[in-house]
Amino acid sequence: MLQTFKDIIDILSAPTVSFTLLTIAFPFVFPPTDWFEKIHRKFGICRLWTKPGFYGGMIAITFFFVVGYFDPNFNITLTKADNFPIILMIYSMFIAIWWSMYQAYQNDDRLENGLKPMEYNDPDDKVLVWPDLVYIEFIALILFMVFLIVWSILVAAPLEEPANPAATPNPSKAPWYFLGLQEMLVYFDPWIAGIIFPIFIIIGMMAIPYMDINKKGDGYYSFKERRIGMFIFMYGWVVLWLFLIVIGTFFRGPNWNFFGPFEYWDAHKVVPLNNVNLSEYIWVKMLGTGMPTNILLREIIGFIVLIGYMGILPIILAKSWLKNYFQEIGPVRYTFLMLFGLSMLSLPIKMYMRWLFNLKYIIAIPEWFFNI
Amino acid sequence: MENKNKKSFLERMGESQVWKSIIRSGVPRSRRQRMQAILGSVFLHLHPARIPKHAVKIGYTWCMGGLSFFLFIVLTITGILLMFYYRPTVEYAYTDIIDMTEQVPLGIMRELHRWGAHAMVLTVWLHMLRVFMTGSYKPPREFNWGVGVLLMTLTLFLSFTGYLLPWDQLAIWAITVGTNMARAHPFIGHEGPGASLLAIGDINLVHAGSDVRFALLGGRFVGEASLLRFYVLHCIGVPFIVMILMAVHFWRIRKDGGISGPL
Ligand code: HEM
Repeated sequence: MLQTFKDIIDILSAPTVSFTLLTIAFPFVFPPTDWFEKIHRKFGICRLWTKPGFYGGMIAITFFFVVGYFDPNFNITLTKADNFPIILMIYSMFIAIWWSMYQAYQNDDRLENGLKPMEYNDPDDKVLVWPDLVYIEFIALILFMVFLIVWSILVAAPLEEPANPAATPNPSKAPWYFLGLQEMLVYFDPWIAGIIFPIFIIIGMMAIPYMDINKKGDGYYSFKERRIGMFIFMYGWVVLWLFLIVIGTFFRGPNWNFFGPFEYWDAHKVVPLNNVNLSEYIWVKMLGTGMPTNILLREIIGFIVLIGYMGILPIILAKSWLKNYFQEIGPVRYTFLMLFGLSMLSLPIKMYMRWLFNLKYIIAIPEWFFNI
Repeated sequence: MENKNKKSFLERMGESQVWKSIIRSGVPRSRRQRMQAILGSVFLHLHPARIPKHAVKIGYTWCMGGLSFFLFIVLTITGILLMFYYRPTVEYAYTDIIDMTEQVPLGIMRELHRWGAHAMVLTVWLHMLRVFMTGSYKPPREFNWGVGVLLMTLTLFLSFTGYLLPWDQLAIWAITVGTNMARAHPFIGHEGPGASLLAIGDINLVHAGSDVRFALLGGRFVGEASLLRFYVLHCIGVPFIVMILMAVHFWRIRKDGGISGPL
């Protein structure tokens, strides 16, 4: 019984399966349009953001960890001192997101009924910072310090063997908060996963307030008024950031191969690597002419795909589906929104091209270290 | 019966010359004194004297910005204590870490520092999530959101530079994995696209001994020079920038009209 459960979890947690399930479920959990919203209500997914949903979520997470704790394989990763923050992260992020949505749904109802949000109070009705705020800060600080001291007494900071440049551990992992980036290395070369994407993440996040011109929902929890922005951000944050960290921590073993949480980390697990570049598909498999010697000619299809995706697709969208939106936000905002949005979307797209077609690179010019 | 005019100890203390010289408003009792307690203190007057009701609710801010700041202070203090014992050289670093846990009384400074650092990454993320969920990045707070993003990046970088210092297997390999990315930096990393374009005739300007990874590590691999560089960045370089940005961050919260709220 338990073993079957573990086997099922092992299968489900493979990135191909878990990532797909999350991505499909996501718009129903954070519905960006009326259609999704209807299903969200009809099938009771909205119950997730009520109190029973909270207890359900907490119990599910706890159950997973408890089963994991008593499993000889999962126990090893789970009880690593440096992995404790990730357990904290999973709990705290769930609580934080649940709380925001719980508040947001209450506010959405209030706004629909013509009331002000719960946070509203009369501008003249203020409280004194001494004592009302200073005491809260003081108590928060003491409690947090107690928590930190207890944590520090109970869990010794890890120290492994002295550094040895000759002995590479397998797997070698970056610190946990960078494991999302390391996970992207499976699908993109370091110059994209390690440099371009991080830079885009930083600049893209800083640009959020300038790209999102929706004035509503400022200063109180709300969902409906800003559901599209919310949906995009939450997908990037929860799936492309936090979930990749979870994969990188718990599901990646020796040689960065996938291992289910209850699976033994076998360093000799053989995973066939038969990834093929787009240019090979075209010239060798389809046309059968062999690869042209001219590098640019060889990769021409890849360049066309790239330019089509980043350059032409936004123009087509601006003229059709996003026409009104384009007029509303103007060309500069639109350009940046597309640049960051399509870059973000390229990660799942590349993941699926890898999984479905074993596609390695869209443009492969190893001669110039230019692989996409 | 108690004498009505008899003053409590607290009151008498509040009227003493010493107390009044330090805390100008006396014991904060009246409304006026309470406001002055905030305005008259260089630390407390980061706050306004009066704020809207929702802004003091834990349910609104989760206290996460404040706790991030608090953790930064805890990390500074424990970090200073650790610096008493730690020497950033390949020869001593590892053994100093062992000594620190085994020889120093009440030796949980290292734990406080390490777990505090992990916790700070989490509190900063939670703070960011809260700011997003309440839509508090919207005008007029766009700029402060940007400062926040930089603060988050630097928090991660602080944690990353600190990771190397124990000089154990975990440390050098995590840093090796991390800094290997720099080698692929377009143009300025020697295995990055475009690097070969930066050449004068046959001489490559960007090679393993001159690229951005070399600058970060002070060498071609993680070694003595990297340890020193990371140590300096970790203890002085990055905290210095973080402190400046925090000052801007806090200043702007006030200037942008205090904590966000519905109109
Ligand atoms: C070292 C990191 C940081 C510290 C110490 C810090 C500190 C604070 C504090 C104390 C506040 C007051 C309200 C509150 O506690 O929520 C605040 C507000 C704010 N923070 Fe941060 N913060 C940090 C990082 C960030 C990040 C990563 C972001 C966003 C990406 C951010 C954006 C903001 C914004 C927009 C406000 C104004 C919120 C409002 O008016 O409701 N901060 N910060």
